[in-house]
Amino acid sequence: MLTSDISTPRTLEIRGLSVCATRRGHHIDLVRNLSLTLNTGEILALVGASGSGKSMTCAGAQGVLPPGVISPHGHVLVDGVHLAPRALRGRLVSTVLQNPRSAFNPVRTMFDHACEVRRVAAASPAGDKTAVREAFLEVGLEDADTVMDLYPFEMSGGMLQRVMIALAILSGAPFIFADEPTTDLDLIVQARILDLLSGLVARRGLGMLLVTHDMGVVARLATRVAVMEAGQIVEEAPVADIFHAPRHPATRALVAAHLKLYEGAIA
Amino acid sequence: MTDKTLSSPIRDHGHHGSTWRRLPLVLALTVVVVLLSAALFAPWIAPQDPNLVSLADRLKGPSAAHWLGTDHLGRDILSRLIYGTRMSLGSVILCIALILAIAIPLGGAAGFIGGRLDQGLMRLCDGMMTFPTVVLALFLIGALGTGLVNVIIAIAISHFPFYARMVRSVVMNLRSKDYVLAARVCGAGRTRLFIDHFLPSIAAQMVVLASLDVGHMMLHVSGLSFLGLGVETPTAEWGVMISDARQFVFSQPMLIVLPGLCLLFSVMAANILGDALRDRLDPNNQTGHHH
Repeated sequence: MLTSDISTPRTLEIRGLSVCATRRGHHIDLVRNLSLTLNTGEILALVGASGSGKSMTCAGAQGVLPPGVISPHGHVLVDGVHLAPRALRGRLVSTVLQNPRSAFNPVRTMFDHACEVRRVAAASPAGDKTAVREAFLEVGLEDADTVMDLYPFEMSGGMLQRVMIALAILSGAPFIFADEPTTDLDLIVQARILDLLSGLVARRGLGMLLVTHDMGVVARLATRVAVMEAGQIVEEAPVADIFHAPRHPATRALVAAHLKLYEGAIA
Repeated sequence: MTDKTLSSPIRDHGHHGSTWRRLPLVLALTVVVVLLSAALFAPWIAPQDPNLVSLADRLKGPSAAHWLGTDHLGRDILSRLIYGTRMSLGSVILCIALILAIAIPLGGAAGFIGGRLDQGLMRLCDGMMTFPTVVLALFLIGALGTGLVNVIIAIAISHFPFYARMVRSVVMNLRSKDYVLAARVCGAGRTRLFIDHFLPSIAAQMVVLASLDVGHMMLHVSGLSFLGLGVETPTAEWGVMISDARQFVFSQPMLIVLPGLCLLFSVMAANILGDALRDRLDPNNQTGHHH
């Protein structure tokens, strides 16, 4: 089953997640007792300044923390069922990373990458070109068959990011963690990728956790916003409230910085 | 990676690629092809049985019947040299296979898992690397006993730390790559991850390292056989042949010179090929294309 069923809403809950780095015996808390809930059909934006623990939250929930960083506490529940992090990866949660240039193995083609995803998703046969072609077309890669045989260095950043989103579709996972999906792209490509992501969420009823520090992206896409500061969620509210009635100083600072940058326009 | 792909054709067409500079490589390739075919087709190309003793013909010079003469038991030297390639190449190939079988799992585990395991394994490797490989091999043969199999095991054990460290460094380097993270969040298991994303890079490094070591290992096998620790005496092997010929060094010096030359040329060919392969495959050697 490749597409998640739109009709049945699903929830992904992160409960009491802590992440800390150990340096010479000292523990540095990167994420402190964080909880959040993501529903299918919505885009939850996780915003905050650099180093506030946004990416570590995603990595911690999926159990892919870098060496030297551990997650001593935390559970992930999908539809109320407690799951191990590795049961999430590629099966229930697909990930769109921020740097498409380096997120593909340089010696493998796009089709190889697609097969890898389909193998995990237990889609058979894994090497079925039709399903891959459909996914590539859905993300706007018109010449799907040519793209399948390309290596990463033969493609632009925007195309690679589209392939990464196509891979997320191919995984059939109901949730997407998009970790700053447009940071490495230029403005026009950014806008297109964002449209693509929001279209996907609406069409396929996915639940997306959008990690970003770009409040313009938040205003454009998000349904709800969780603001992080120093490893904790300090405010969580619908997107309109974040911009029009921010309560926490961190939120106010983010919104103010954004408005200053874009001279008063929200998006 | 992009840079490498783009730069290699440019490197190939530079003034480095002149015939004179390529001559050693061509000669080395020729030697390797000759050796390989000698080893593979020994029963068909060797003029006589390498172990056929004919005391009437002992210590003869070159003749129509024995192109390179005979040894102290009247055995045909050319045939013994041809059969000797089997021993040399075969044992080196076995050595390398054994080394890879030890080094890839150990280095991979050290790089992947890290922490105490990594520390422990690497200190063990460091400790072994402080001994010259021959000394370590001699020590191991002392413990294991003599014989070709034990020589191969000893050489493999004394060489594997270099390979394990290389595997570890490749794994640690790749482990932090974004595409490995991407594969992990796609749900790829450790085995899959290792085969798809780590093994190709490890293999490239291993080819370079192994090809540079082939010469050393040939010398080790023959050297240890010369000392009477490896291949047993009736078997045709270059080291054994040199050892057997010691007593006749003044009366029949060719008995020592011929297997010695075989060894010299094969080791040189292996080293030249190894250098050439390193120039091509080693990513750390992008600019240094020199001989």
